[in-house]
Order: sequence, then C-alpha cells, then structure tokens
Amino acid sequence: MPDAYASSSSRRTVAGLLTARRGRGGRLHWTDIFSYAYLGLGVVLMFGPAVWLILSSFKTASGLLEFPPTLLPLGQIEVNVEGYEKPLPLYSVTEEDGTVRELAQVRRIGIIAQMVDPSDPGVTIKVPIGQREAVREFRVAWENYTAPLQRFNFLTYLKNSVVVTLAATIVTLLINSMAAYGLAIYEFKGRNAVMLFVIGTLMIPITVILVPVYLVVTELGMINSLWGVILPGAATPTGVFLLRQYMLTIPKDLIEAARMDKASEWVIYWRVVMPLATPAIAVLAIFSIMWRWNDFLWPLIVLNRSEVYTLQVGLNAFQGELDVQWHFVLAMTVVTLIPVVLVFAFLQRFITTGIASTGMK
Amino acid sequence: MRPDTHRLNVGAVAAAPINLLGSLIEVPLKAIQRVVGIRGMPYVFLVPNLGFFGIFVVVPLFINFAFSLTGGTNLFLSDRVYTGAEQYEFLLDCENFTDSGSCREDRFWRGIFNTTVFVFFQVGFLVLFSLVTALILNREIRGRGFFRAVYFFPVLLSPVVVALIWKWILLRDGILNAFLVTIGLEKILFFVSPQWAMFWAIFVSIWAHMGFYTLILLAGLQAIPPDLYEAAEMDGTSKERIFWRITLPLLWPNMLVVIVLALIKGVQIFDEVYVLTGGGPGTATQFIVQYIYNTGFTNQVQNFGLASAASVILGVVLFALTLMQLAAVRRKDSA
Amino acid sequence: MRTRKTKALSAVAVAFAMATTSVAAETNLRMTWYNDGIEGEVMRDLLDRFEAANPEISVTLDVVPYKAILESLPVQLAAGEGPDLARVTDLGGLSEHYLDLAPYISDPAYWESNFGPFLKWLRLPGDNSSISGFMTQLTVTGPYVNRTLFEQAGLDLPGEGATWDDWAAAVNEVADALEIPIPMAWDRSGHRVSGPAISMGAMMFDADGNPALVDDGLKAMTQRLYDWHQDGTMAKELWGSVSGSSYLGANEDFANAQVVMYMSGSWQIPQFAGTIGDAFDWWAVPAPCGAAACSGMPGGAALVAMKDTEHPEQVGMLMDYLSSEEALAEFYGRTLFIPGHLGLASGGVDFDTEDPRARHALETFAGAVPTISPIAFDLQGYPSNRVMFNALISRLGEAIVGEISLDEAYDRMEQDIEQQLAEKARN
Repeated sequence: MPDAYASSSSRRTVAGLLTARRGRGGRLHWTDIFSYAYLGLGVVLMFGPAVWLILSSFKTASGLLEFPPTLLPLGQIEVNVEGYEKPLPLYSVTEEDGTVRELAQVRRIGIIAQMVDPSDPGVTIKVPIGQREAVREFRVAWENYTAPLQRFNFLTYLKNSVVVTLAATIVTLLINSMAAYGLAIYEFKGRNAVMLFVIGTLMIPITVILVPVYLVVTELGMINSLWGVILPGAATPTGVFLLRQYMLTIPKDLIEAARMDKASEWVIYWRVVMPLATPAIAVLAIFSIMWRWNDFLWPLIVLNRSEVYTLQVGLNAFQGELDVQWHFVLAMTVVTLIPVVLVFAFLQRFITTGIASTGMK
Repeated sequence: MRPDTHRLNVGAVAAAPINLLGSLIEVPLKAIQRVVGIRGMPYVFLVPNLGFFGIFVVVPLFINFAFSLTGGTNLFLSDRVYTGAEQYEFLLDCENFTDSGSCREDRFWRGIFNTTVFVFFQVGFLVLFSLVTALILNREIRGRGFFRAVYFFPVLLSPVVVALIWKWILLRDGILNAFLVTIGLEKILFFVSPQWAMFWAIFVSIWAHMGFYTLILLAGLQAIPPDLYEAAEMDGTSKERIFWRITLPLLWPNMLVVIVLALIKGVQIFDEVYVLTGGGPGTATQFIVQYIYNTGFTNQVQNFGLASAASVILGVVLFALTLMQLAAVRRKDSA
Repeated sequence: MRTRKTKALSAVAVAFAMATTSVAAETNLRMTWYNDGIEGEVMRDLLDRFEAANPEISVTLDVVPYKAILESLPVQLAAGEGPDLARVTDLGGLSEHYLDLAPYISDPAYWESNFGPFLKWLRLPGDNSSISGFMTQLTVTGPYVNRTLFEQAGLDLPGEGATWDDWAAAVNEVADALEIPIPMAWDRSGHRVSGPAISMGAMMFDADGNPALVDDGLKAMTQRLYDWHQDGTMAKELWGSVSGSSYLGANEDFANAQVVMYMSGSWQIPQFAGTIGDAFDWWAVPAPCGAAACSGMPGGAALVAMKDTEHPEQVGMLMDYLSSEEALAEFYGRTLFIPGHLGLASGGVDFDTEDPRARHALETFAGAVPTISPIAFDLQGYPSNRVMFNALISRLGEAIVGEISLDEAYDRMEQDIEQQLAEKARN
C-alpha cells in the first residue's frame, strides 16, 4: 500500500499538475498559493462551526439570545449594595450631559429604571432604559453542564452507551469479518447471489423499516434491553463489503501454505487473514464505534426505561414540547462530542491512513 | 518519531482477551470442519452474519412488504385489514406525473422531486470538492496529516450534531447573519427561501461527508505509480494532459466507488436535513425518506401501510439504480 | 397478540432483573414523562414523599424527549410494551390504552367534581364514566405583548373587546415607530390557530359532530394570517421555515424584544419569568375577538394510567396521592402551571413567583377559561383533533410560502383529514 510518508524520493517524483510543488525551494507557483488558501479556508470551515458551538455552550440562556452574538460568554456583573438584600445588576449609564457612570439597578418600571450609585446607596436615580447598558464580564455558564448532568443519571447512561458501543462493535467485527472471509477466500455455490444480496441491502435506510424491526425485536422480548439496540444493526452490509474487498488483496498462496501445514480453516481465518486485514478491521471498528455512539432514533424507540437509556437518549430528554432549551441542547451536544473528539485526537492518524490503505478498489 | 512502539504496547494489552476469544471458538469450529469438510466451511463462516441479517433485515423487509398491502392503524399484522394494492394506487394516483399538484398524494411526489434535485447537486459537488481536496492533499505540502484530519473530522459527528451546529450558525440571529450585518449587508433568512434552504441542505451534507470520500480518492491517487508521471514529464507532456490522460483514468475505479456510495447515501438523506430545515420552507427540502417517516410515524394516524408502500417503491428504485451502476462498472472493467 | 412464550420470556427477564437489583420495593411503577421546564423535578419530589409513605412501592420517572411521547409511545403501547403511567398530550388519541381507574381510587366522586370537564377529553367516544388521569397542566392559548414597546411608542394597549384587526393595526404602529422587525408572531401550530378561527365563527364540526374544518369562519382567520404574512405583520421565517406539522415557537424572538405581540399560551410563563425577567414588561392580554367570540383554545398535558399495567391497585394509590389537593397545589404552584383542578382553580394555588408579570399572566390565562368557546372545548376533546390541527397548519404553511394557493390549501386540508380518518376507520 502506498504510504504518504514512504520516502522523500517518491514524494518528489509523484509530480505533475496539482500533484506536487513546482520549482523546489524556488518561488511559489499559483497552484501552491491556491492550495494553501484552499486549505486555510478548509480549516476555518471545518473547525469553525464546532468551535462556535463549544463557545456558545458556555453562554447563559439570555446570553444566547443576544444579537449580535458576543464571541465569548459574558455575564452581567452584580454588586452588593448596602440596604439591599440581593446583589444588584450593574449598568453603565450615559447621562444627559454625556458623562458616563456605573449604577446598580434596583428595579425597572416600564421604560424607567430606578438606580442607585453603589457608593451612595441612599439616593435613587431615575434613568430611561435607553440610556443604560449592562456592564459585563467574562463568565462561563457552567450551569448549562452541571444542571442537566445532576438531573440525569449521567453515569448510568454513559455505562449503557459504552456497553452498547463495545458489544456491538465486537459482534459486528466478528460476524462481518467471518462473512467477508467466507466471501473472499472460497469459491462456492451461491457466492454471487450472497454478494448481490449484501450490496442490495446496503441501500435500505433503517428509517423506512423502523416499525417492522420494532415488531421483530418485540417478538424476541428485547424491548428495554440493551440487546435490542446492539443486535439489529450488527450485521452491517457496509462492513462485509469493506472487509471482503480488502481480503481479496491477500495472496492466496499464504492460505494454501497454511492448509499444507494442516491448519484448520478457523486458524487460517484467525491467525493468517485477520492479522493481515488489520487496517480494514480498524476502519470498520472506528465506524462501528461512531455509528453506535451516535445512534439516536432507534434507541429512542426501543429503550423507554431510564436505567437502560444511552447517552444520546438521556441527554436529549430536556427537549420539551413547547420549549427548546438551547443552552442545554448546546451543552449536551458538546458532552456527546467529547468522546468523539478524544477518539479522533488519539486515532486520527490511524483512521485516515487506515481508510486510505484499505484501497476501496 | 514513529509511534509504532506505543501502538505495539496497546496492541499487546488488547491482544490477550482477543486471543482468548479466538481459542475459545477454535475448538467447536474444528469439530464442525471435521463434519462438513473444507467445502462446507464458507457456509459456516457466513451463517452468523446472514442469521442476524435474516432476523433483523430480511424478516422486517417481508413484514414491510406485507404492511404495504394492508390498511388501518393497528401495529400487528394479524390485526390489520388487507387492502391489496390500494396503498400503491393511492400513491401513484396522478393526473399528470410532471406536476405533483395534480397527484392525490402530492407530498410523496414533491419528496421524489426534491430528492432528485438534491442528489443531482449534492453528488456532483461532493465528488468535485472531494477530488479537488484529494488532489491538493496529495501535493507536497506542510502539515498534510493535519489538513487530512481537518477534512475528515466532521465524518465522525452524528447527523443530529451536524445539523445542530449549522442551525445554530444560520439562525436569523446567528453568527453568519451577524457577520453579514458587520460587513454592511442585510440579514438573510436562510430557512425561509426555498433556494437557500436547499443550498444549505446540500452544503451541510457535503461538509459532513466530504472527508470520507476525499480519503478514498486520496488512496487512489497515491496508488498511481510515480514512474508514469516521470515518463510523461520526460516526454514534455503538459500538466493538463497528464491530469486528463493519466491521473483521472487511473483514479476512475475509486471515483466509481465514490459516486455509487454518494448516490445511495444521497437518496437516503434524512436526519441531517430533518433537524436542519425541518423539510421547509413549505415542503422545499422534504425528501422521500422524511415523507415515509412522517406518514408512518409522526402523524397522529400512523399510516404504516402507506409508509411501507412508499418505502417499497423507494427500494425498487434504489435497487434498479444500483444494478445500472454495477453494469456500468462491469463494462468499464471489461473494456 | 404477543405469544405466551415471549410473555414467559419477558417474565424470566423481569425476574432476573429483580434478582440482580438490590431494590427492596415489591412493586416498581414506571412513569414516562417529558419536561418543558422544572416540572420533572417537582414530580420527583412528590414521588419521593409518596415512596416514603408507601415503602412497598417505588416509582421510576423515565424522562424522554417530547418527540418520544408523540412518536414512540403510541407504538410501544400498541406493542404492549408501554409504561404504567405517562404524561401525554394526545389526550384522546391514545384513549384505547388508558386504564379506568375508578375501581382503584378511593374517591371517584372527588375526581368527578374536580377534574370533571377534563376527564371526558381522555375518554373514547361513547364512554361517559371512566377515569383515567388528571391534567398536570391546563393550558390556555392567548397572546403576550411587549408592553414596554407600547410605552416607548407612546401608544395604549387596545382595550377589552379589541378585535384581531385592531391588534394587528396597533402592533404595526408600534413596530413602525420603534423599528421592531416582527410586529406579530404566532406559534406554528394548528392548535394555536383554532382558537382565533373559532372566534371568527369557525364551527369545526358539522351538525352530526363530524369534522368540518373548512368553513367561512376558518377562512376569515386563515385569510388574515395569509395576508399578514404577505404584508409583513408576521414574519415568514417562523411558519415558512419548517414543513408539515412541525411546531415552532417565537419565544426566543419575543424574549429578545424582536416581537411586539406573540400568540402562544400559558405554558410560556415560567420560561419568560426566567429568560426575560424584568428586562421588559411581557404582558399577557385577553384573547382578541372575532365576529363570533373572543376565544382561545384549552389544552394541556395529562398524567394517565395505562391499562397494560400489572399493578393497577398500586397505580390507583399513586394517583390518589398525586391528585390530592395538597400535592397538586404544590405541583401547580412550583411549576407555575394553570391548575387543571377545579377546586384549586378558584384561587387555591399560591404561585411560587414574585414576578408581577408572571402573576398577572397567570391570572389573565386562568381568568380566560370562562371566555373559551364551547366549540373550542369540543375540539380539544375530539380524539382525532391532531389530524385536523396538522392538516390545518401544514397546508396553510404551504400556502403562505407560495407552494399552493389558499384555495388549493383548503381542498388539501379536507382531503388530508378525510384520508386519515378513513385509514383509521379501516380498523
């Protein structure tokens, strides 16, 4: 398999239009400038939205409603004023003569705010609300995270999600790779029919057979059981297809040699073919983990008891009938993102080279 | 700085239980092989996967087909009323097939029309941008690994998260409109205009999936033997010619994979757009899968029969499409 | 329907689950719940107290997204996999799954006298006696206005008896004076449109009680809504930007002072008290009038018992406790919900807020109940009302964005209703 980092000589020679930099060490060709501009724009376009989501998730509910939105989460400063029980919000007030001073607001009636100077709390000042502006400071609304997480049984959901993700991935890898092995290594009657069948089912979106699958799962008594989430999606056609294509590239001689050594078919599969197929297996593992971790619609139907909720179901529970609480939605979205980002950060190199090297021919 | 040593350690730890699993299954399978012989083994290897497949995909497909011949709102097949082809007739009841307004079930036809438009542009631009990105990432540039990761990153996000991220940006008081206002333009209500809504549906789905297809194309580019380029350069062939005559033809197998997968996924589009635009404005971004979902699920009268009939029609169309593509591949291979 | 074998299987599974958990309680009840605000926490407090008083019963609150209540719960109930109790909004649509609590509660007469008018919303047609649950919240639709904007523009609020046209003119004047982008906004919901349509004279049903959505009264209202979207009184982004029957609220825009008048309902009160606070005077006003009435729509969510429960006695005990005046007074008081309990409705609830706007709004909506048209109550009690609401809003939405004409929309509304009711009648 070609590797991007194979050798400097191959890097130099994979030349041609849009394939390498011209004039090594010399001035930049327009295609170089275009490439870097494209990539720079790509970084903004790909990462920017996610970064904005994370920044927004730390804003208060009222902070989220502001327009134009502030880049960083801000909160209004509150001050303790003598004679008032609760801390009062601080405003900067522009007076008739143009001077600006900071006053604390006691209450607001209609378009007039009653304010006091924190240093001279005895006198109440009446200010039209158009002349005051909240004084704000950088403040992170941790409560967006802590409030829902305390309300929910977060650890249970996390445990269920991990169990579902791991179990489903193991089952998927095992049965998919066995099937792929069967389809790639042997010549047998009906092989083409099975392949056609696999490709055919590649095209069925689960959404359109939701109710029939639910009926099957009900008959098997797997409602409100994690198995009801793990098993239905285990036999992925994508996985069989991907692994089979990769296994086709494994030299048949290796298998013949193993058979000469009287190795059983299982041993050939397990000890000869599987190690060679590691890159493709890794790719499928990562996709399986992502699919299962992100799965929402199906668990929502199968699981209706809180002790078996997965994170995606549990964290969406605050989506009410009449009120989308954006501050919670954003914060909980970030929570479900964390494992994805972690997997990505540690495995990104492995993922990207893995997919590249599966060839997909 | 190869991280190989690090990876080996992880592998060693993970290997122990995996090896145990392999040894455990080895015993019964050896016994089975003694009974069925090598010729029987492919079936043994296929049984687990096909078994699950049969239970959770094939059986539901049959139930789905049976549903499409029944009416009423009952969930269990035995309680449902047999209606024959009525659901299909209802869906196909049109005075003029080019005008969804003349159809009895206008939303089904608008869903088909919208899906066609979506797939046409989405697949086209998806392939184009994936190709350009792959070509650029195949160049000798600094931080290639980083950039490759950047484009791949959205592939890992769930459709719901993808849609929420962009919805949050595109709202009337979102950051994109704040940007437009800062540079002196008017706010745009993206989800009110059918064209903008379709644009963003296409844009966001390309954003989310481009990384995957880019990698497939990148793999193809890297598999092109370098000496071909060297020979062409020595002949003084122009860059453009090299691209059209060497790069593109040799990349074709990977391109086909990309086109086939993108087409299938495009026709199946649902969750991302459902969360992003809700199918609106009006029905401008309501696609065929959403029609099925609404009919069978979100309406008060959950019409499983009609939804199943629509999904059977969708399945037949998809299958025909794939067969056509496979035929195209065959012809290309034999040529 | 379910075979004996799977029943046995699930019994084994349940037994296994029981054996492996250390919960001492003999009976565990499951309550499926959704949240708009803090009501889940209040319910949990009440349940804790119930559990303390009845150590042999435990109650698990399964909080789900509202989407699951609307879409998954009906399938689960039909498959016999539903919970013991659930908080639902499709009151009549799920009637066939409700348990008649009458044999299991201590005082059916208390229920009749305090929940009477709402009990029939939960019943199947022809059933006049069953008791299946109570309203966790009664809602009344009606508008809020940003009174501060009116003051800044130097205008008075239209008074008692003002029509929708009066209000439309007034809010336009305010918006013009202060450059507010959206003079008027309505929730995108057929339920919301129905109240004003009835005010305009819509009858909703024919003489035999069959749905007859489209009439001159309805057209009078929908025509106005259509015109308001064309002339900028209402913003297309709200009704135009989603499809089908999807709900969309303008609560954020209203809270952000982008809207002068917002047609929604009583359930917004706790949220506005939190997000708006005293930033401006958000003011609930009585439902504007039409030719026939000045009506809003009643509605709400009910906590109902399901007939597939294996512990009806315990469910009865729980419902006895939760429906008690004391428990409900606390529930409604802390959640700022309009009481669905007639005894408490006449002043028995001390709402847990010091916000004068919230208190005024609660009074306004509670006080609006007598002005609600009987047609509105009938519509709310009609089991297939969501079919009508959905047809109304989805087709009107398509007309407003210009995909079809209003006349086509009327035809399609009637076809949609006819087709769905016919499908249901096939059973």
